[in-house]
Amino acid sequence: MKNKKLFLMPFLLIILLIAGCSNGSVAEQSVLENAKESKTITWGVKADTKLFGLTDVRDGQQKGFDVDMAKLITKKILGKDGKAKFVTVTSQSRIPLLKNGNIDAIIATMTNTPERSKIVDFSNSYFDAGQSLLVPDNSPIKTTADLKNKTVLGVVGSNSVENIKKVAPDAKVLQLQDYAQAMSALKSGQGDALTTDNGILYGMAVQNKGFKVVGGTFTKEPYSIAVNKDQRDFVKAANKAIKEIEASGEYNELIKKWFGDVPKFNYKELYR
Amino acid sequence: MQNFIDAYSFINLRFLLMGLGVTVFISVVSVILSFILGSILGIIRYTEIKYLSKIVGFIIDIMRNLPLLLIIFFTYFGLPNLGFKPDTIPAAILAMTVFESAMIAEIVRSGILAVPKGQMEGSRSTGMTYLQAMWYIILPQAYKKMIPAIVSQFISLIKDTSLATIIVVPELMQHAQIIYGQNANFIIPMFVAMSVMYFVVCYGLSLLSKGINRRIKA
Amino acid sequence: MINIISNHWEELLNGLGWTLLSSILALFFSLIIGSFFAIMEVLPSKTARVIGQIYVEIFRNIPLLVITMFFYLVIPMYVVKINGFTAGTIGLTIYTSAFIAETVRSGIQSIDIGQMEGARSTGMTYWQSMRYIILPQAFKIVIPPLGNQFVNLVKNSSVLAFVAGFDLMYQGNMLASTTFDTINSYLIVGLLYLVITLPMSYYMQHLEKKMA
Repeated sequence: MKNKKLFLMPFLLIILLIAGCSNGSVAEQSVLENAKESKTITWGVKADTKLFGLTDVRDGQQKGFDVDMAKLITKKILGKDGKAKFVTVTSQSRIPLLKNGNIDAIIATMTNTPERSKIVDFSNSYFDAGQSLLVPDNSPIKTTADLKNKTVLGVVGSNSVENIKKVAPDAKVLQLQDYAQAMSALKSGQGDALTTDNGILYGMAVQNKGFKVVGGTFTKEPYSIAVNKDQRDFVKAANKAIKEIEASGEYNELIKKWFGDVPKFNYKELYR
Repeated sequence: MQNFIDAYSFINLRFLLMGLGVTVFISVVSVILSFILGSILGIIRYTEIKYLSKIVGFIIDIMRNLPLLLIIFFTYFGLPNLGFKPDTIPAAILAMTVFESAMIAEIVRSGILAVPKGQMEGSRSTGMTYLQAMWYIILPQAYKKMIPAIVSQFISLIKDTSLATIIVVPELMQHAQIIYGQNANFIIPMFVAMSVMYFVVCYGLSLLSKGINRRIKA
Repeated sequence: MINIISNHWEELLNGLGWTLLSSILALFFSLIIGSFFAIMEVLPSKTARVIGQIYVEIFRNIPLLVITMFFYLVIPMYVVKINGFTAGTIGLTIYTSAFIAETVRSGIQSIDIGQMEGARSTGMTYWQSMRYIILPQAFKIVIPPLGNQFVNLVKNSSVLAFVAGFDLMYQGNMLASTTFDTINSYLIVGLLYLVITLPMSYYMQHLEKKMA
């Protein structure tokens, strides 16, 4: 066939077009300036993570520690009439959405890691989590050492799956779309343990009887707000806001509000 | 049994129905848009305009041969690079429209092909322009034949919106997941409720299509 | 883009392999199950026809994702432990079988009734005439639509990503979230899907034209 080559042309063109565009840099203007102008900050929050960011079935709004923090920080940065807008993200979608400019900042149980720091800028930590394991009550698993040849469930795009591969190299890791799926999969017996940060796991244990958090915390997971590179002024403003919130005691109130009722968990350790 | 009673609380059912509403909204908007766009693309491909038809045809083929899930990712994560940042629902509508337009374009093209060639020539000889003949003579006949195919495409569109849960569109599947994700005892009740809802909408549509079809043939 | 390919080609090929395996297994089993229900739908017995129709209508009108998630989450709780790949492939099989049943049924019905009567009059039983006279002709008619079903299967097998089924889409998700290069990761995955589906579709179009 003579026109075979001609046939491939548009194909190549499309690839070049998309690939070429994807290298273009996102919004170079200052997120902070834009936010001040529009009096709104658009935050990426979780919708499936109890205690941090969870859609309330009654009104469809996201609620949790991250969401409340975002609201407080917005007020501190923009003043009383500042508005916080929320876009729901997953561990998988949050970085692309930030890089694309759909959201101004991420506050979604996101750990400050060296790999991620190459892509985004982080504020100071606003919550100290640590990775742990959730298992059924009758499980023989007590620490990460017991994970040999076991199946561990995690979530796509979370750094807990990378950590667990280092801590328990003999474990098989399955990555699901979000925490709702991962918890359901654990309940169905698709895995022996679910791993992520303790705060999230305690939230799951509260909701689902017959599951417990074990293994202590085997990593340090400082949750931070993430913004695009070169948004130093936003990071500075956020850091200042976090400091103010801690100093005013609002921080401890929020901790008590969200973690005060979690059984077997000393929320006062989180006080700042 | 208790699980079912607890799961079907008023609040949960309302939340599911809200999800169903979004599912139906996305499907209806996308099917209208893709009917228009798909018809245009289908006619272009049929008409064999130099280069244009080849390029349109090739784009249609690519869209038809990619998983919808990927097209959803591209619209939600890729489009912002071109300066357009859709929210989840518009992104889902856009992805569905792109995918379905390609599907409908093929249906339209084969629908037109099924109309005897002589009709076009006949209409042209009465002094109609190509577009007039297309609009008044060919298309009405072609669309009549296409109704079942388009309805079944609409049904798959409704089912396919469930994939949009991956970008956290607040549709039926996503809402069911939020409910059973918080309490794993609700997994089965949620699957039952969600299956019944999808089934009622989709099966209802297919019955409607059969009814219309019988009318047309009679 | 080239970076991703050279660093991760093993995962990508692996994903492609699981995608193909799942699609082929699902095609094979849905052909058997689909033909079974198609025959049910054309049997003289009314009960059989109704059972066939119920099966087809249920699985044609529920999203593939719902069926797949059901097998991943519910079946292991009560029946038997199955992993994501198996659950996904079963979901694909059942969903596709309903469509294949429709295709095969219309294939059977498009064959002249006289043929069945003719075959019966030579002393064949109903099943013998079905097996030797009707079905071979029906399958010949349905080969192009079945080829299209295979293309659909390859595309639809991307739901395996929801249940950690190791398929191409799952690998794509891993790549996107470890390399942070979302667009290029999915572009590569898209190209790999097209490598399978596009030639297959063109071949089926060609076959349809030849048979018409």
